[in-house]
Amino acid sequence: MTTSVTTQPAAIERTYAAYGRPAWRRVLLNREMAIIGLLAAVLVVASVIVPKFATPTTMGYLLFDITPILFISLAMAPVMIAGDIDLSVGSMVGLSSVTVGLCSQMGIPIAVAGLIALAVGAIGGLVNGLLITRIGLPALAVTIGTLALYRGIAVGLLGTTAITQFDKWWTALIKARIGTTGIPVVMILFVLLLAAFVIMLHFTPFGRGVFAIGLSKDAAVFSGVDAERTRVILFVLSGVMAALAGIYYALYYTSARGDNATGMELQVIAAVVLGGVSVFGGRGALSGVVAGVLLIGVLSKALQLVNVTSDVVSIITGVLLVLSVIAGSVMNWVQSKRVRPVPGSIQSKTA
Amino acid sequence: MLGKSRAGLRTLASLAAASLLLAAGCSSGTTAPAASGAASSPAATANLTMTFLPKNLGNAYFDTSFKGVQTAVAAIGGTVTQVGPAKGDDPAGQVSYINTAAQQQVGALLVSANDKSAICDALKEAMTAGVKVVTFDSDTTPDCRNLFVNQATAEGIAKVQVDMIASQIGDAGEVAILSASANATNQNAWIDMMKKEFAASHPNIKLVDTVYGNDDDQTSFDKTAALLQSHPNLKGIISPTTVGISAAARYLSTSKAKGKVALTGLGTPNQMRKFVEDGTVTEFALWNPEELGALAAHAAAALAKGEITGKEGDKFKAGDKEYTVGADATVLLGEPYRFNKENIANFNF
Repeated sequence: MTTSVTTQPAAIERTYAAYGRPAWRRVLLNREMAIIGLLAAVLVVASVIVPKFATPTTMGYLLFDITPILFISLAMAPVMIAGDIDLSVGSMVGLSSVTVGLCSQMGIPIAVAGLIALAVGAIGGLVNGLLITRIGLPALAVTIGTLALYRGIAVGLLGTTAITQFDKWWTALIKARIGTTGIPVVMILFVLLLAAFVIMLHFTPFGRGVFAIGLSKDAAVFSGVDAERTRVILFVLSGVMAALAGIYYALYYTSARGDNATGMELQVIAAVVLGGVSVFGGRGALSGVVAGVLLIGVLSKALQLVNVTSDVVSIITGVLLVLSVIAGSVMNWVQSKRVRPVPGSIQSKTA
Repeated sequence: MLGKSRAGLRTLASLAAASLLLAAGCSSGTTAPAASGAASSPAATANLTMTFLPKNLGNAYFDTSFKGVQTAVAAIGGTVTQVGPAKGDDPAGQVSYINTAAQQQVGALLVSANDKSAICDALKEAMTAGVKVVTFDSDTTPDCRNLFVNQATAEGIAKVQVDMIASQIGDAGEVAILSASANATNQNAWIDMMKKEFAASHPNIKLVDTVYGNDDDQTSFDKTAALLQSHPNLKGIISPTTVGISAAARYLSTSKAKGKVALTGLGTPNQMRKFVEDGTVTEFALWNPEELGALAAHAAAALAKGEITGKEGDKFKAGDKEYTVGADATVLLGEPYRFNKENIANFNF
């Protein structure tokens, strides 16, 4: 799966370059592979030098920690590839966890409470999407607004109290691990969703439309992409995935609080950008995004195990992020320099 | 293109190497002494490596506590590491560190809980893994820890404030209370006890008013002004909230009531320092976070050595003082600590 995913964006984004480079170079020399390679290297080195790192328990805790970010990043990546951004996801995690908490407190079964929370997420995403596409406001401005709005509703609903009683069967399920592997059962859901998002983004006309919108909205519209509808759908998906993360958050920490996951939007965006998605849109792949989230998770866990404090982890994440953005820009610049003397290649780009 | 992307990969690779070297450096720096510390400790069987997990890092209050922990742990012959989330109110961040401590199989975990139930399951898992869990400053539900080191009781907090105001105004005259909000649970409980204490032991002190500054600096400031206007004979103000007492002190320090109307209550040394130094405030109270940390460390060591189990009536030594475990596996630090001109310079939180 990794191979097919990584070839795809290269094929979409630089059709012209694909003809100029052998297949192995296209597969191996791109930002996704760089980040996957870095993840592999960090995993190997951490397993060797960090005591107790290479154990099922550590892998389990590591995945439990990053599960909400994994979920949200699946939907954040397409939103950013389409050239938008959704800053309201952290607040939506809070609102969704409060929704699950309140419903469960009223005696509504968790399964139904979860569906209600997902609906809240869909509505929140729809509000974002409609404000952005119908009124034509920038996604940054709208979602900064709803970041405050959804957090405000979440905190308003529960005040300073927390709901901490949930159906034991569900909390046990969320915390369960697959056999002795240490891998959380909830990862099964993640893999299914990952497959769905990979197919949607990399193997359907809808997904190609997402990249086209990110490269040039006008060009996408002229070539028959319904840009408004596509962007609204992406924001709804983003809201739903954030709500899913909120359900997980409430059940895993058995605590529904209005301030759950404050600031998570920035962790998600950092991981997505680290994973090779362009902040200007039009470029990225889910393989890189998942590797980006895992890389941050692995680095924090490994550094935690050797008692490095959280500020150092933040510094390392920040440096990685800045370097990855710089590396991307440099690569693009070099590419444009190299392509210029071959006009034939540029013309084939429009194909 | 090819050359440049190779350069990019090289950059990333060297960065990876650098960050892991950093990890390696830290690993040899922190885990090695932990191992030698455990080996050379007097009780060879007891695991005296500890993890100190405050609500967040970079918090002067917890840094003061950690100083106490370090001193105590050094005296016991163990080691301690401070870890924690970068921002406060982040139970999820704490869970991650609790899990890590359990994996590292530390002997004891000292934690000030960001949420009394959200970190519960993680603490239970840690206890199952053999880690002794001591909460301090902020408790979890009792079944999630071995012991809670309580900084002060409601009775103690009420009594110290009544005692301070009584001594500052000569045990007679009108006093008023500047509280947080009208429905603040803690403050209301303390105010009720203060009223009883006044009635029982200080018949000449008359509580004439209770006003609410809503823990907002400006509101508290305005309410202080209003109190002085509506009660010209007022001799003292008690503010059982850190926001209230510093706002009231700021008002008093520039008003003509400075030095005539006494002000006391619960405050932090850093907020109150200049008002104590300029004579607006004689004495106020809180607990001493350093002693709190030291007691928590001693309690954790006693648990790790098996000297106590956390049941009511258990006794253990912290330095030269003996403490007894009370109901709900709770140890009380003692009377609140009084800060005044003589000792305030020793504190930074």
